[in-house]
Amino acid sequence: MAHIDLQNDFPGIRGPMAFRPETAKSLNELAEVLLRSDNSLSRGERELIAAYVSYLNDCFFCQNVHGGLAQHYLQCDSDFIEAVKNDFISTSVSAKMKTLLWIAASVQKGGKKVRPEQIEAAKIVGATDAEIHDTVLIAAAFCMFNRYVDGLATWAPEDKTYYIERAKQRAEEGYAGYDASK
Amino acid sequence: MPHINFNNDFPGIRSAMAYSPETAAPMGVLAEILLRSNDGLTPADRELIGMYVSYLNDCFYCNHSHGEIACIYLGGDRELVEQVRKDYSKAPISDKLKSLLAIAAKVQKGGKFVTVEDVAKAKENGADDKDIHDTVLIAAAFCMFNRYVDGLATITPTDMDSYPLRAKQIVDNGYGNHVFTNKQPT
Repeated sequence: MAHIDLQNDFPGIRGPMAFRPETAKSLNELAEVLLRSDNSLSRGERELIAAYVSYLNDCFFCQNVHGGLAQHYLQCDSDFIEAVKNDFISTSVSAKMKTLLWIAASVQKGGKKVRPEQIEAAKIVGATDAEIHDTVLIAAAFCMFNRYVDGLATWAPEDKTYYIERAKQRAEEGYAGYDASK
Repeated sequence: MPHINFNNDFPGIRSAMAYSPETAAPMGVLAEILLRSNDGLTPADRELIGMYVSYLNDCFYCNHSHGEIACIYLGGDRELVEQVRKDYSKAPISDKLKSLLAIAAKVQKGGKFVTVEDVAKAKENGADDKDIHDTVLIAAAFCMFNRYVDGLATITPTDMDSYPLRAKQIVDNGYGNHVFTNKQPT
């Protein structure tokens, strides 16, 4: 049961978003820019970073929502998403994505954990400043979203097909103007 | 030195925001609602929560920026800000704010650290659902802001006299992209 009376029974972040639409609007606009911009990092790569950070933060709802979206965009199966979460180094993601996921994992621990050699490694395999910026901010933003979801003890559907089924709709509609009640 | 080339020499989060105004805009709106609403929690309460979480995250820039903003709202009582930072349980603040700071400290560690007892205590001390909601989201948002600032190794001003100037700019004009489109206060 959620820590506060959200006056709705929507799962995950949708509960507090419907409870406080003023903050939901800016949260969704931030997600729209960070997760759906098409400059260099693809939508699939952005969602994969989000799913990975949510996994590290042990946020069931977010890792499944964003894992589902990554799976949709990357046209892969859920085994691939699980493999990235468990050990991205041994998956087929690009060398650039491996360095960015490494940076994201450091951000999850704390901003100061990001070392210059990690940035250097990312640049050597072709990561641009914009991609490094977006990776750091996506990872940081999910340290917010995950805490928002779990800090209020929202509930999450256990059936993973829920997330897969909703991913297509979210991919079509985007985050901006998101109506938490639908 | 920052991890990436921001093409500007603004301090702290301002450099990253100026580099990426598209993401700065919704973050500014979020900060404006969370930190300047005067509904339930006062702007001073909100800034103290932001300052305290930044202190726990060891983010010098955010800790001192929001400490100075809180200080202005508190009529210049820098001593109180310092007491909250060092040991809020002994500071002359309400029991309600103490129990909300306890929740914020749990959120800083991770969402799941917040317990039913933490929330019950806050409610006993007069916090309503919206106060608790805003506390959790302020604490969560600073876990983002702090990581954004330090994860890109933005420049932290060492001149402590510059913090009250930027704080006044926020108190006078609110949060938003003006912090990097306008001249930095001197």
